[in-house]
Amino acid sequence: MFEIRIHSRGGQGGVTAARLLALAAIHDGKYATAAPFYGAERRGAPIVSFVRIDDKPIRVYSQIKKPDMVVVLDASVMDVVDVLQGLKAGGKVLVNSQQKKEFSGFSSSHVDLTGIALKQNLVVSGSPILNTPVIGALAKMGIVSAGSAKTAIQEMFSDERNVRAAEAAYQEMSA
Amino acid sequence: MKKIATGNKAVAEAVKQVVPTVVAAYPITPQTEVVEQVAEFVTSGELKSRYIAVESEHSAMAACIGAAITGVRTFTATSSHGLLYMHEMTNWAAGARLPIVMANINRSLGPGWNIWAEHTDALQERDTGWLQVYVSTVQEAYDATIMAFRIAEHQDVLLPVMVNLDGFLLSHIMQPLDTLETGDFIPPIHLPHAIDVENPAAYGGLTGPDQHFLMRWDIERSIRDSAKVIAETEKEFAKRFGRKYGFCENYHCDDADVIIVAMGTLGKEAEVAVDLLRKEGVKAGSLRIRWLRPFPDLSLLKGKQVVVIDRDYSFGRGGILATEIVAQTKEDVYSVIAGLGGQEVTYEDIAGFVRNRAIGNELWFGVNAHV
Repeated sequence: MFEIRIHSRGGQGGVTAARLLALAAIHDGKYATAAPFYGAERRGAPIVSFVRIDDKPIRVYSQIKKPDMVVVLDASVMDVVDVLQGLKAGGKVLVNSQQKKEFSGFSSSHVDLTGIALKQNLVVSGSPILNTPVIGALAKMGIVSAGSAKTAIQEMFSDERNVRAAEAAYQEMSA
Repeated sequence: MKKIATGNKAVAEAVKQVVPTVVAAYPITPQTEVVEQVAEFVTSGELKSRYIAVESEHSAMAACIGAAITGVRTFTATSSHGLLYMHEMTNWAAGARLPIVMANINRSLGPGWNIWAEHTDALQERDTGWLQVYVSTVQEAYDATIMAFRIAEHQDVLLPVMVNLDGFLLSHIMQPLDTLETGDFIPPIHLPHAIDVENPAAYGGLTGPDQHFLMRWDIERSIRDSAKVIAETEKEFAKRFGRKYGFCENYHCDDADVIIVAMGTLGKEAEVAVDLLRKEGVKAGSLRIRWLRPFPDLSLLKGKQVVVIDRDYSFGRGGILATEIVAQTKEDVYSVIAGLGGQEVTYEDIAGFVRNRAIGNELWFGVNAHV
């Protein structure tokens, strides 16, 4: 089982990112669950959402304590939340950032999701949409296939800018 | 098509497939997106139901009763305090023999105000004459909701059915969902005692001491008969759609020395604990109780050590599931009270309950004392 924890702020689309990722994994022929943190969500407050991907039906409902991967959609939450908490040794970290961030003992990647969203004019209520570009980055990392990522995005969003943003993230993604 | 859906959405999708004539609901916390999604289906024209937005849960059930007595299919959903507020009417629905289907999102009762998963809300409805099923996956929520209509409306049952989903843990989690074209799996509803303007009759009239007990006995007779209807319905469902369900889900119980009994998502998490324990050489099994009413035959627990996890409690008595099991098997169990108000319980915790079991005792998880 591959377990992912997504850090974001309320309103940035972290829960939708989890949902898209799980849907793409299902299209890859796997089993997946996506879950928000079970509590009150407030706009702007740091939140977490979870994705589990496995070859077998998933029977675990308790929260992910030792993720294989952490995705940080808003780097500013790292000032207030220990995003590496419980991350398995050698685990992956993907940060929405222009600059690479080093995390000792973990495999770090970065991509400027905010810049990509702004370039595609993918902005709702003043906030850049990060949940579709991040799926492109995750496809590049091999978490889901690029084909399934695209299908999942198209099923949930009719606006083609979402697919373009995911493709841009896939291209720009640096290891 | 492969879909992904929350438990709430799955129930709404099932309702869309079955097409109740009337849906009545009160959309405020602790209500969930079940009724919001059903309302969207009605608004978009995908679901041809009459949607009545009422002013309270008591009225939601009253509206379902009023509609159901005319012989039409009805649905509502609620949760926690909403369910308790309809308590007077849930008794009336069963007593009037109305096959209403309701989804209940199992949530704790305040104070403190909490809204996380707990089964005490539905268990306080245990003695009303409703059939109760507890599900553990998004797919099962969908399948059970569809089957609930067929079971409730069966001529040998004619009792309401409550489909129970763990708050947040199942209501808000997203999992794969395979939706069905049910065709004639759900036959047209026929209520033999429906209001008929050609043949006027009185309802709810005074029933004297020489008659009332007969109506009570008739509920009991039907709820006993419902066991056969449930078994037939689940068998037919498996034949047509390929997914098998039963009164309980048996995971490695047959050769087990110790069996974990739980309901809802804890029953699934317990299966992972069984895998863990078996690797350690502990012959464990998991029995997830699906139907609480009618209460299943648990003879397979005879002679085994039993660890019951209750996400509920009856103050002054004990875990409600544990109490019911002991009453049937006449053997002591290890009663664990865990998961109240959404308390986090992992498969590792469950494995720990089994390793440290003390048959005849009660453990409050987190309080960590045998009491």
